[in-house]
Amino acid sequence: MIEIEVNNRKVKAEAGEMILSALERAGVKVPTLCHMKDLVPSGACRICSVEVEGYKNLVPSCSYPVLEGMKIKTNSPRAIRARKTIIELLLANHLQDCLYCVRNGDCELQTLAIQYGVREKRYLADRCEHFLDMSSPAIVRDQNRCILCGKCVRVCEEIMGVSAIDFINRGSKTVIAPAFNQSMNVSSCINCGQCVMVCPTGALREKSSLKEVTDALHDPDKFVIVQHAPALSVTLAEEFGMKPGADIDKKIVNAFRRLGFNRVFDTSYSADLTIMEEASELVSRIQSNGVLPMMTSCSPGWIKYVEQFYPEFIPNISTCKSPQQMLGALIKNYYAQNEGLDPAKVFSVAIMPCTAKKFEAKRPEMSWNNIADIDAVLTTRELARLIKMYGIEFDSLVPNEPDMPFGKRSSAGKLFGGTGGVMEAAIRTAHYLITNREMDDLVVKEVRGLKGIKEMKITIDGMVLGVAVASGIMNAQKILEEIKAGRNDLHFIEVMTCPGGCIAGGGQPFNTDQKKITARMQALYSIDQNEITRASHLNKAVADLYKDFLEKPLSERSHQLLHTHYSEREVMV
Amino acid sequence: MSETTIEKIIKKFPDAGRDSLIPILQEVQNIDGYLSRNAVLEIGKYLQLPASKIYGVATFYNQFRFQPLGKYHITVCRGTACHVKGSATVLSILEQELKIKAGQTTRDGLFSLEVVACIGACGLAPVISINGTFYAQVDNNKIRQILRDYRKNDSIAVQNN
Ligand code: SF4
Ligand code: SF4
Ligand code: SF4
Ligand code: FES
Repeated sequence: MIEIEVNNRKVKAEAGEMILSALERAGVKVPTLCHMKDLVPSGACRICSVEVEGYKNLVPSCSYPVLEGMKIKTNSPRAIRARKTIIELLLANHLQDCLYCVRNGDCELQTLAIQYGVREKRYLADRCEHFLDMSSPAIVRDQNRCILCGKCVRVCEEIMGVSAIDFINRGSKTVIAPAFNQSMNVSSCINCGQCVMVCPTGALREKSSLKEVTDALHDPDKFVIVQHAPALSVTLAEEFGMKPGADIDKKIVNAFRRLGFNRVFDTSYSADLTIMEEASELVSRIQSNGVLPMMTSCSPGWIKYVEQFYPEFIPNISTCKSPQQMLGALIKNYYAQNEGLDPAKVFSVAIMPCTAKKFEAKRPEMSWNNIADIDAVLTTRELARLIKMYGIEFDSLVPNEPDMPFGKRSSAGKLFGGTGGVMEAAIRTAHYLITNREMDDLVVKEVRGLKGIKEMKITIDGMVLGVAVASGIMNAQKILEEIKAGRNDLHFIEVMTCPGGCIAGGGQPFNTDQKKITARMQALYSIDQNEITRASHLNKAVADLYKDFLEKPLSERSHQLLHTHYSEREVMV
Repeated sequence: MSETTIEKIIKKFPDAGRDSLIPILQEVQNIDGYLSRNAVLEIGKYLQLPASKIYGVATFYNQFRFQPLGKYHITVCRGTACHVKGSATVLSILEQELKIKAGQTTRDGLFSLEVVACIGACGLAPVISINGTFYAQVDNNKIRQILRDYRKNDSIAVQNN
């Protein structure tokens, strides 16, 4: 520990750490635009500059290490002026139409302009017009709002290992774009939305489906059904000022009814169903010498990644559709018939913490008899906007029960919302399928927590299974490379595209940080702790579905509706 | 360019790392006249670099093109003398007439356009060159006439073949 001085206050710092992190600990906030926690600083934007006594120039606090005795002034007139100038220069190059921007009110550039009192246009620059890239079903790229902070490029390369986008051209013509300036839809982008999460402005955003959904809600010919993802109930609350991790499951059900949805189902139900199919598939692959290790298929970003970068592993991917698509298929091809509804008039909406789910819903594989399983996907953020637009006061909502038959879930299905959750749920059920009895302790702590890679050996009935859990594609890539190099002790691998899983998905509230993700994860664990039905095979509603319709896991009907196949995808990688 | 040619070029750079990217790109362009998607992909595989990165680096420098050269390759001098004599207008007339930007090639593959620094013919400013033939003191009308002549001669040549 060394001592430094910050704004005339003595503060402890760790030798070698960056000034910014010492400031954060001391409760002194300096704005940042290009800084990314845990990644090597790029020092691109300089908005974090502070004054250090005896230094001729201002220093970027994110990328300058502390030194014993340093005297730092974060708010000297010079530092403030420098920051304000940077903001003014950024604005000079920027579209001046916040009112029409999706980030209006939730934009880091706008916030800085407010905080630093930018009141006049001192600089004028020739702005390049860039075309609005709406080609992707998930991500909109609007370079007219980009400040070239580079965070999207870094997250895509360093966390996702995709590198779909980069800086193209130079000088005033610089843009963030895929190779050959192609549109996003034909690029290697896996639609994860992590770039949207780090973008300080409206330059990257989700492709909104709000219009389709509100149109359907007001169309008397449409029967509108909604399902919501396991991670939604522990994240949506933040959009309404509640503390991170607050679980508002049953209130959301009420909100959906007030919005006008005809039926409210729970994707955690079909997560349980996924586990029945997936655990059975795993057991059958093991018993019949099938392709191993089996890899999970519920995260659509991961699927597209494998199709593009590691097609040789496609046979390893479970044939199970994701919970969203399974429930979608059941709604259109089972529920509708039972209720005497015309499937063509059913409009099926999924609320997801994810942008890639928008892409998944549009995949040609995700349909049966030319009827799409899912008609529209909204992110957590879009749902929050809809609730606010419809003037629904969250506090006034009393808890409601979801509709049957797809409203009941076990807490295993709920665990799908975080990294390791699918694995834990699968282990609980695989154990039962193999031994015919429940595990003594249902909590599989080795696969819990937010670490990027988690591994364990688990013994069931004398059989040793190697399992691994990865979140953030870079981590999954490490495991794939190990397997390519000959590693053969793994049977089952769970991959979630986003680091931390769906609770940190690309459709979640902006300003998601590690602390919030931890609180959301904790919320999932405590839901599980307090639940009576804690394994998918104990979900009575799922058992009923098998009795009434599907017969048994991996049956012919299951294969028709709940399973699919993938194939290699040619894109520029 | 066929994959084997790319391979040959790449083989000239054993143990190549990222710092060999520019020389490799230059060599490929020398032989091929431009950087094709296929070339970028192959180079990427070899250097373990994503296509977006290579394209990003290549677009940072003015020298690289991403479309094959046209049958008639037009270079516009943007040196100081030409600039003073209105080469910016020359460029924009060409861009309008050909409906392409500098660095691009017309759809029919006939013309490609490139901006170069001083070509040392300052006495002829503003000057353009087409496949090595210089055209001096060009203006609006001259450019239109030159392009018309090239188009006409080309269609005659095609008919005679
Ligand atoms: S990105 Fe921010 S500053 Fe730019 S238009 Fe949108 S809200 Fe305004
Ligand atoms: S959505 Fe994901 S894969 Fe696509 S550009 Fe953004 S970070 Fe990269
Ligand atoms: S798109 Fe967003 S994250 Fe990417 S460089 Fe521009 S402002 Fe930064
Ligand atoms: S945040 Fe420090 S330079 Fe951008």
